[in-house]
Amino acid sequence: MSMVIDAPRIVTTKPLLVVRGVSKTYGKVVALHDVAVTAYPGEVLGIVGESGSGKSTLLRMMNLEETPEFGSYTLDLPDLRGNLFNLDRFARRMLCATRIGIVYQNPHLGLLMTHSSSGNVAERLLIAGERSFATLRAKATDALDASEFPLDRLDAPPIELSGGMQQRVQLAKAIALEPALLLLDEPTTGLDVSVQALVLDTLKRLQQGRQITMVVVSHDLGVIRTLADRVMVMRSGRVVEEGLVDQIFQDPQHAYTQQLVHAKL
Amino acid sequence: MTCVLEISGLTKGFMMHHLGSFLQAFEDISFSVEAGEFLLLKGANGAGKSTLLRALYRSYLVQSGKIRFHSEHGVIDLAVAADVDIAHLRRTEIGFVTQFLVARPRVSAEAVVAEPLRLSGVEGVAALKQARYWLEAFGVKPELWKAYPTTFSGGEQQKVNLARALIRPQKLLLLDEPTASLDANARAALLSRLADLKSGGTAMIGVFHHPGDVEKLIDRVINLTPSVTTAEEREDVAV
Repeated sequence: MSMVIDAPRIVTTKPLLVVRGVSKTYGKVVALHDVAVTAYPGEVLGIVGESGSGKSTLLRMMNLEETPEFGSYTLDLPDLRGNLFNLDRFARRMLCATRIGIVYQNPHLGLLMTHSSSGNVAERLLIAGERSFATLRAKATDALDASEFPLDRLDAPPIELSGGMQQRVQLAKAIALEPALLLLDEPTTGLDVSVQALVLDTLKRLQQGRQITMVVVSHDLGVIRTLADRVMVMRSGRVVEEGLVDQIFQDPQHAYTQQLVHAKL
Repeated sequence: MTCVLEISGLTKGFMMHHLGSFLQAFEDISFSVEAGEFLLLKGANGAGKSTLLRALYRSYLVQSGKIRFHSEHGVIDLAVAADVDIAHLRRTEIGFVTQFLVARPRVSAEAVVAEPLRLSGVEGVAALKQARYWLEAFGVKPELWKAYPTTFSGGEQQKVNLARALIRPQKLLLLDEPTASLDANARAALLSRLADLKSGGTAMIGVFHHPGDVEKLIDRVINLTPSVTTAEEREDVAV
């Protein structure tokens, strides 16, 4: 039908993130089958698909929370060699704390709900070895400020905050150490539409200001359209199509992508 | 003259899976464009004018053919270039002016206009200064510069859209009915900006509902109505 897309010729920088041949099964259920992902520095990659398509499993693998049966994962960072799936638990924890940030749909997964908001952010810095209280407080405040969190609520525990504010605390925690890679799992799902727009706007500002490479998973095509440069469409653990965000939305090739795009309100 | 774009044998159709049918948009289109040249795409509704523009911008994927773009990095076929390469060219060498502004919530008019400059590396304050210059040129009132264009009228949104799309000189500019819903002053500002870009060497391919609006700029007309896809020279128009 359509033609085969060339390898990059103008952009000669190496991709930051390369995932190859990833497969994972849970019993008889195929969660992921031979999935490949590439993301270039400063790029926002969107992953769409319905529930059960494998998109969140894939994201958890990029956060080294899960290991596939087959496949490799590399990040082009100094002092980091080889397949990251082979790292031991300690090395994984350090890598995730220092170079990868994640925002979950469910803030309970990412936050200690009864600790102060600034404490939640500082915890990330502690893991990375920061010990000075003044520095911890200052860096945590900076990150919360960049996430447009109201600074008069620094000591409020997330449990007392609205859903939108909880996502800002997660975001602050994720960016506190200026990660090379920011992973977002349905970051605005479940928020009011107006709050959703504000959180998306914050994400866009942060991304443009800091040139962070992002992978955002969502079933909400509006979120993907707002944030992503490039999109991967997943179904039943496989990538059915990928392309520039406007091409996927305006000229979807695969029957499933067409169905998805036409179903958008 | 320096060649900017060579299109050969370009064919595009849409497979509509839910209908199980294939809709042919255009077939075997070939023409080329040189620096500083303005091409008008002509054809009945449905002849594929806008489809062709979108295929050149790679919002649409073609079935076959070549779109050889002479970029600063050498010749590259836009029909099959890597997505990251296309994204790079869109930031640096290829512009697309549509009829509609893609406004984002909570982003001011001046920030929307300045964005293409910032993404190409211009520092924030300088980019904003240029953005304001072009908002003024297209007749957007200063009171609106800091407001969010999501709430603007169609005409005002279009002015913001034009300021954004034309703020950076490009090597290739695609124009999809940019004069729609513009008042006379904004249309004059658009024409003068296009004339400047053209004399600066920008190659342009445009679709205009009222080609009279851009009469003076047109060098050549490409007729997309099936079976008359050859270029006709326009001797009667001043170049």
